[in-house]
Amino acid sequence: MKAPFLATCGLMAASTLAMADTPVLTVLTYDSFASDWGPGPVVEKAFEAECGCDLRFIPAGDGAALLARLRLEGARSEADVVLGLDTNLTAAAAETGLFAPHGVAATLDLPVDWSDANFLPFDWGWFAFVHDTTRVPSPPTSIEALAESDLKIVIQDPRSSTPGLGLLMWVKAAYGSRSEEIWGKLADNILTVTPGWSESYDLFLKGEADMVLSYTTSPAYHLIAENDESKAAAAFSEGHYLQVEVAGVLANAKQPELARRFMEFMVSDAFQSAIPETNWMYPAKTPAGGLPEGFGGLVLPETSLLFPADEAQALRDAAIEEWRGALAR
Amino acid sequence: MLAAAIAGLMAVALAVVFFRAGSSRLGAADWAAVRFSATQAAVSALASVALAIPVARALARRRFAGRAGLIAALGAPFLLPVVVAVLGLLAIFGRAGVLNSGLAALGLPQVGIYGFHGVVLAHVFLNMPLAVRMILHGWQGVPAERVRLAQSLGLGPGGVFRHIEVPMLRGVVPGALLAVFLICLTSFAVVLILGGGPRATTVELAIWQAVRFDFDLSRAAMLAAVQFGLCAAAVLLAARWTAPAALGAGLDRPLALPAPGGWRRMADGLVIFVAALFLALPVAVLVVWGVSDLADLPAGVWNAAATSVALALVVAGLTALAVVALASAVARGGGLARMVEAAGMLPMAASSLVLGIGLFLMLHPFVAPSRLALPVTALVNTLMALPFALRLVLPAWRAAELTQGRLADSLGLVGWARFRLAVLPRIRRPLGMAVGLAAALAMGDLGVIALFASDQGVTLPLQVWRLMGAYRTDQAEAAALLLMGLSFAVFILFDSWGRRGADT
Repeated sequence: MKAPFLATCGLMAASTLAMADTPVLTVLTYDSFASDWGPGPVVEKAFEAECGCDLRFIPAGDGAALLARLRLEGARSEADVVLGLDTNLTAAAAETGLFAPHGVAATLDLPVDWSDANFLPFDWGWFAFVHDTTRVPSPPTSIEALAESDLKIVIQDPRSSTPGLGLLMWVKAAYGSRSEEIWGKLADNILTVTPGWSESYDLFLKGEADMVLSYTTSPAYHLIAENDESKAAAAFSEGHYLQVEVAGVLANAKQPELARRFMEFMVSDAFQSAIPETNWMYPAKTPAGGLPEGFGGLVLPETSLLFPADEAQALRDAAIEEWRGALAR
Repeated sequence: MLAAAIAGLMAVALAVVFFRAGSSRLGAADWAAVRFSATQAAVSALASVALAIPVARALARRRFAGRAGLIAALGAPFLLPVVVAVLGLLAIFGRAGVLNSGLAALGLPQVGIYGFHGVVLAHVFLNMPLAVRMILHGWQGVPAERVRLAQSLGLGPGGVFRHIEVPMLRGVVPGALLAVFLICLTSFAVVLILGGGPRATTVELAIWQAVRFDFDLSRAAMLAAVQFGLCAAAVLLAARWTAPAALGAGLDRPLALPAPGGWRRMADGLVIFVAALFLALPVAVLVVWGVSDLADLPAGVWNAAATSVALALVVAGLTALAVVALASAVARGGGLARMVEAAGMLPMAASSLVLGIGLFLMLHPFVAPSRLALPVTALVNTLMALPFALRLVLPAWRAAELTQGRLADSLGLVGWARFRLAVLPRIRRPLGMAVGLAAALAMGDLGVIALFASDQGVTLPLQVWRLMGAYRTDQAEAAALLLMGLSFAVFILFDSWGRRGADT
């Protein structure tokens, strides 16, 4: 029974030998990107076909775990590229001084203007509350209306989850100084708080909660993969907060040239067309073939909310305290 | 030696994390987390053990068809990945669960599971079976001679309770309380999901926050040190309360315990029935959910399953070696014994995140951490399993030395022969269970691998997690069922070795 274990060790040694003359580009990314069901395998195949190199993903938890790992490794990181931080993390990531300008000039299809020398977006999405139209036929039309309803929601803990932190920023961006009052009103709607997105979403699918904090694109999965039209995201009048996921090149990359080629590749059709149906987000640059059909019927918020990275970082600690205070009462 | 190595590894891991960053202070929220962690763990431990005692007694003195299977199946809840276990519990007790649907059909008000009581309920579900097994070992260790003496003296159930059961319980209950307390102390996902929000914040969550967003490693290390402190206090308390079994030696002849009839028979039957129902229903739900998609699981899941089984067997081997070495040092007694015992309990309160970061910082200068995911997972899981293993094996080993030690001395039995003839037959049952638990827990572990995660050696729990994260709930449930089945099979493999020839 030890065969797989030993075989893995053997393979590791063998692959190290075989690849000795092929350059290896190492990309540190979050776990679900590199998994069998994420964009990783498609991206790897497409990039390796054109780069004459070996693309290797190192998966590490989620976006925040990625940053923690990078900080642990410091300048001696084995990675060349870090892929999967979001705008709540980029200020802290930039402060580490570990990133170099990406040098890619691409016109992107984001709902907001983007200019950042270090970080280049690869996908984005709007946070939203997702519901089952058979159980909630007329969903609330704003966060405040949700807070005044009897609906039960599941959200994620901002201390352990990036969408959880996104909701905090959403409430802050939409309500400013009223955010504490809104959290106070929301408190009795919150069935529970989970450590990550997966547990929340599973609780929602099991019928425990009426709505779950997720993305406007979540219903597309059910539509495309399961032919299930019953899931929908509620459009909120105050606007929806954005999650923009970015990648950056490390200043100490062993393969700086390959890393830059990868960044160019990242905003090309080969990479971007894999995003909608593997990461279930919007591609940063809409591929020539357009979006998959199931994306056509999704809710399109009129207003997009997003704090600049440094503002998001400055707000974070106080926002978490406010959230904890309002919910612990 | 080994004990020193364990204590050393823990201390160095903590120190490395601590000195990586400047000093910082614990805030009011951190202390609230410490208080909450300790309170919920204490209540969970008391509830689990209080409920486990009647179940263990009923199982010890009744014989019925399926009894051996039921005792073996008691391992199952403890071996479930916690998030999966929570989902199973919610299917019964949740807002849309069986219980509330039934109540609604009868026009009765809903019962909420979210809150402090939900946390305790889940911890009882997960840990009460473990406590039953630990306490059952105590009943089974009562020498037949004592039982026969009680019978010839005409002691009724009350007398047996006072003169045999109470002294026996004083030997095993503190250990069981300690084990459950320490498991619940570092519980994190269960507490957050069922606790209902930030009121239910444990130290482990505070450590996560410190590491992930603030990257405040010294605060993480301080929180980990506080957790160690709580652990040490609990170990000392349990040691004070543990009375050495004073039931004397026996000739190991099997004898069924007296099984009083009348209402006691009814009560025992009811206790076994209710406990079995409480433990079996959530597991049954998970089986029903998972079984339909089991056939079309992707190849990646099966590869991961093979990796996880291999990992579990390596951990089983390491744990068996380590626990025998540690227990032999402790059982011999002496001044060092207490320290060795305490060192063996330390990993229980270790934050897997802080331990992982410490190892990461230690290894990173020499090797790329992504190459070490599996060896580090094996090492950390062995360390984490040692406290249970030691708790299970030590009482039996001490009893063996107490009862057989003098005879063995006079026969000049030392070393391997002494272990094989005098000790092993008496520790075989707990040792088998301990090694089985270690292997099965290693199989379900997700903690450390996340930090070291690499492109090689994906484990089964990681695949379950990835399927859940990719919206593939049905396949995730099937993979979770596979994980549950394999963990249980590995557990049974070692546990049945331990029980072979023994009377359970």
